[in-house]
Amino acid sequence: MSSGELIDSFVVPVHPHTVLAPEKNEGWGRLRQAYDLAAKRIEESGADLLIIYSTTWPSIIGHQIQADPNPEWVMVDHDFHDLGSINYSFNIDADFAHAWNKSNKERGLQSRTVAYKGFPIDVGSVVALTLLNPDNKIPAVIVSSNVYSNRSETTVLAKACLDVIKSTGRKAVAVTAMSLSNRMFTENIDPKDDKIHSLKDDEWNRKILEFLNEGRLEDVSQLSRTIHRQIRVQKVVTFKPMWWLSAMNENRNNLTGEVLAYEALNGAGGAVVHLNPTPSGVGDKEYDEDDVEVFAGERGVLDTHLESDETNDHNQPSKNTNQGPELWDPTEAEGSVNTDSAPKPVGAYPHARKVGDLIYLSGVGPRQPGTNAIPGGPIHDSSGAPLEYDIKAQTQAVIDNITRILEEAGSSINNVLDVTSFLIDMDRDFAGYNEVWAETLGKVGPTRTTLAIRALPTPIAVEMKVIAKA
Amino acid sequence: MTRGEIVAGCLAPHPPHLVYAENPPQNEPTAEGGWEQLRWGYERLRDSLSDIDYDVIVVLSPHWQTYVGTHFLGLPHFKNLSVDPVFPNLFRYNYDLNIDVDLSKQICDKAKDAGLTVKMMNNPDFRIDYGTITTGHMFNPKWDKPMVVISSNRSSAYYSVDVMQEMMMELGKATRDAILDSGKKAVVLASNSLSHRHFTTESEVPEDMSKEHITSHAMHLWDMRMIEYMRTGQSQRIIDEMPEFTEQAIAESDGGGFTWLLSTLDIPTYPAILHGYGTIIGTGNAIVEWPVYKHKEGEK
Repeated sequence: MSSGELIDSFVVPVHPHTVLAPEKNEGWGRLRQAYDLAAKRIEESGADLLIIYSTTWPSIIGHQIQADPNPEWVMVDHDFHDLGSINYSFNIDADFAHAWNKSNKERGLQSRTVAYKGFPIDVGSVVALTLLNPDNKIPAVIVSSNVYSNRSETTVLAKACLDVIKSTGRKAVAVTAMSLSNRMFTENIDPKDDKIHSLKDDEWNRKILEFLNEGRLEDVSQLSRTIHRQIRVQKVVTFKPMWWLSAMNENRNNLTGEVLAYEALNGAGGAVVHLNPTPSGVGDKEYDEDDVEVFAGERGVLDTHLESDETNDHNQPSKNTNQGPELWDPTEAEGSVNTDSAPKPVGAYPHARKVGDLIYLSGVGPRQPGTNAIPGGPIHDSSGAPLEYDIKAQTQAVIDNITRILEEAGSSINNVLDVTSFLIDMDRDFAGYNEVWAETLGKVGPTRTTLAIRALPTPIAVEMKVIAKA
Repeated sequence: MTRGEIVAGCLAPHPPHLVYAENPPQNEPTAEGGWEQLRWGYERLRDSLSDIDYDVIVVLSPHWQTYVGTHFLGLPHFKNLSVDPVFPNLFRYNYDLNIDVDLSKQICDKAKDAGLTVKMMNNPDFRIDYGTITTGHMFNPKWDKPMVVISSNRSSAYYSVDVMQEMMMELGKATRDAILDSGKKAVVLASNSLSHRHFTTESEVPEDMSKEHITSHAMHLWDMRMIEYMRTGQSQRIIDEMPEFTEQAIAESDGGGFTWLLSTLDIPTYPAILHGYGTIIGTGNAIVEWPVYKHKEGEK
């Protein structure tokens, strides 16, 4: 069998107006025409699988994949029930759903299929499949959008899907059912008065569509968090579909894009966009984050781990009394500098190493020696829920740990030459970190580089890599 | 006409696990049990009100989420299958319930007069959300009382918890006025959890209680703080701290039901009765009764 591939992608709106009331507003009618054009292109493409990632199907326990071969029911929108009902009967590729579910699990994701009579297919999926696949000629699969998933999890979800597309030789089309700006009018409006809720939302939508029109999908993906903050109401699911769609397209920025329509749907931004994998656009891959292959998130959260106080063998990880990876005794080699006054490493390495007139320190965080406590608090709890923390307290603790390691090496904080700092949230933390720096190392005068990174191994916000004079 | 009356108000959470664990004939999946502390809490609530006469149950569920105003079920009868889109393995429930359309319209009209955006839901194909069904079943498994079902307007998402509270305070007053004007005796239910951070994994046997605990100590502290306010009649403090509670405990009070309930009860200053507290996939849930019938007007 020849290797399968993703042959096309589409972004489509979720509101029921395009199915139930396209005649009531010219813009809704234009979106419907664009939907019909997308359906024609999909049919002509020779696709044999439609994959819907729907933002209106939230899930909590990992991701869910529809696996009922023929789900049938009547869908009524929670808000726009007065527009009418949509009867649906879809052709679902249950075999693909099960294979994707298996692939998800192999890549570390929490995942399950659902196949229950009367399962309420969400409005976004119903609208997308009704209009893109009106005769059910192409088998489809639908996946939920997890409420808590981050970019890594969403990226791995796409990679697991691609695994199955390739191994089964399918010619697949990926569809994200989503809004751009999602702020609707909160009062009833006359359909003829519909418009994008605000000029600001409209400008952001047009910027997103400018990128997509140039095939710069990965750029939009990288802007997802910013877009969410700027033009998204915090409903159940955040602006994640672009993470999934970009990963489905191998995080490319040189797709061939075409915006087929952009209109308001009760104030929200609705667009039909076609993204073809044929190389074009303005740039190549510019992937900005860890290219995660396997998800290693909140496994084991249901289990209670008992603390242990046993003595550990040298160079073997010890039980951690705090959240995060297991702790190790620092390694010994020529020139190694280790101290009980610094926190234990999270791998097999020393606290520092002296070579000639220089001392190289391993990355130093704020954890406290002995207790492993984090001054200023951890950045998230054991389940991954974000917590408030004090970046200044964490930064000061890092510098205190550096001081202790250098003193163990017979040097001092005043001999620091060069520092590379890592922050997990530059926007939030740079100012506080910089303030503590100015009062401490800033007075010593080392060169400095500050980088934003996605995460550190323990729930801390700052780490420093130091080179000092012996 | 005799003046209407609110005989009781309750915090009545809706995780479908409770119905699943009860094994009622209407629900398709079967369980070995589980979450007894909460299910027995509902039993105590039902016993507590068993001798109290009332005509109608008014419920606000955070799982009928509306963004364009507040909506009210507007047809006299609904019969269908409710499948939980998040936990379909646990909840596939055949429901059959009656609506007090007159009272629904009265509350809707009062809310409109107060400046709120409202809409009656008159589509016969509409499926009732599983939050309403779960709370309805756990509170009144006989389904022998008509209901008024109110949607959860997501103004906390669109604006802020403060705006949500302003709107829900108005909706509560409108609900109260309409009930008093109707001549009917009503129980009002807010169908929501307290802290609301879920686990993202599920044990192989969902009712395995050895896996059940609060998501974090911070969530526990917030839940206990709120329960203590309820137990000691400090409703105003709940209202005052609702923004912090909602944000820091990721509480389901974001749906407005808790504020609406307290407003409907006219911010009670008498102690509420805690019938049960427990966690469900990490979220905090309390079953609480404000026995209004024991506290006449002017004696609260």
